[in-house]
Amino acid sequence: MTGNGSRDGRDEGPASSAEGDLSRRLARLGSELEARRKPVEPPRSEPMTSSSEPSALGRAFRASTEFVAGVIAGGGLGWLIDKVAGTSPWGLIVFLLLGFAAGIYNVMRASGFLAPARGSGSPDR
Amino acid sequence: MEKPDPIHQFAVKPIISFGHMGGAEIALTQSGLFMLGAVALIVLAFMYATRTNSVIPNRVQSMLELTYDFVADTVRSSAGQDGMRFFPFVFSLFVFVLLLNLFGMVPFAFAATAHIIVTFALAALVIGTVIVYGFMKHGTHFLGLFVPSGVPKWLLPLMVAIEVISFLSRPISLSVRLFANILAGHIALKIFAWFIAALLASGAWAILAPLPLALVIALTALEFLVAVLQAYVFATLTAVYLNDAIHPGH
Repeated sequence: MTGNGSRDGRDEGPASSAEGDLSRRLARLGSELEARRKPVEPPRSEPMTSSSEPSALGRAFRASTEFVAGVIAGGGLGWLIDKVAGTSPWGLIVFLLLGFAAGIYNVMRASGFLAPARGSGSPDR
Repeated sequence: MEKPDPIHQFAVKPIISFGHMGGAEIALTQSGLFMLGAVALIVLAFMYATRTNSVIPNRVQSMLELTYDFVADTVRSSAGQDGMRFFPFVFSLFVFVLLLNLFGMVPFAFAATAHIIVTFALAALVIGTVIVYGFMKHGTHFLGLFVPSGVPKWLLPLMVAIEVISFLSRPISLSVRLFANILAGHIALKIFAWFIAALLASGAWAILAPLPLALVIALTALEFLVAVLQAYVFATLTAVYLNDAIHPGH
């Protein structure tokens, strides 16, 4: 931050005449960078496997929250259906079981088990 | 020596009260103050860094450009080039969560992301964006998200139900992960720091006090890692979920 003052002073000075030249060079640089940027790999449907969560603890924590979230979502949905339709306790029972299944499904997806099945679909549909 | 309450640090206290509405107090709390502070710091830092916009960046500009590149790469790799239209959204979320997490690491400061209501509001915003944009762009075709391919017909109703529940669980897992990491980290720090004081006060056992001290130092470093990592994970998952809204077919 100490260098800011001197840089400001230089920018105010004789640079203004070269402003157009500079912006042209910047535009050219931008287009060249765009051409050189490595082609975008097809988007991953997979949240992540190992690259972003380096520790085993992080991955374990990730998997457990995915599972618990599935159970909570299923249980909550079942409870809501019971509340609205008055089918207590069948909605809670059925959707809690479905929630367990969804939790397992989440964990499989988070750990990359289902990678080919989801990733191979056409990206633009 | 009495044991301190490790949860006490998360109590939300009103600073300025604006009166009551329906029995609930409307007030600026320290949680809200930290969030406003984070927003103010982000705005000021970016205004300061981009004020000259020099080709050779100064230190602050360079740091923020690195952050920009980092998030842009994350969005591109998770949601593709189309996903870049959501880049401002993901970038704002990342910087906001990152700053709130790091604010929580300042001694005596308040960790706003240790409250599930804050993280769930952010997660609900993400999922709301996914749903609204998905229906806007693809109409009813967006519902194809819930129909997995390559599944036998008789299994399809079950799989659709499971997919719907799995989708509903996303905001829960997104918010719980962030909130639980920050909450657990702060509680662990508090408890191990209390061990130091308790050992020092217990006569001959004081000789063991350096052990929890070393642990607290290690935990502090770990908490800084967690603060940055969880902000990154939040941004990545946001981009991954937005990818479903942009390309719902699988």
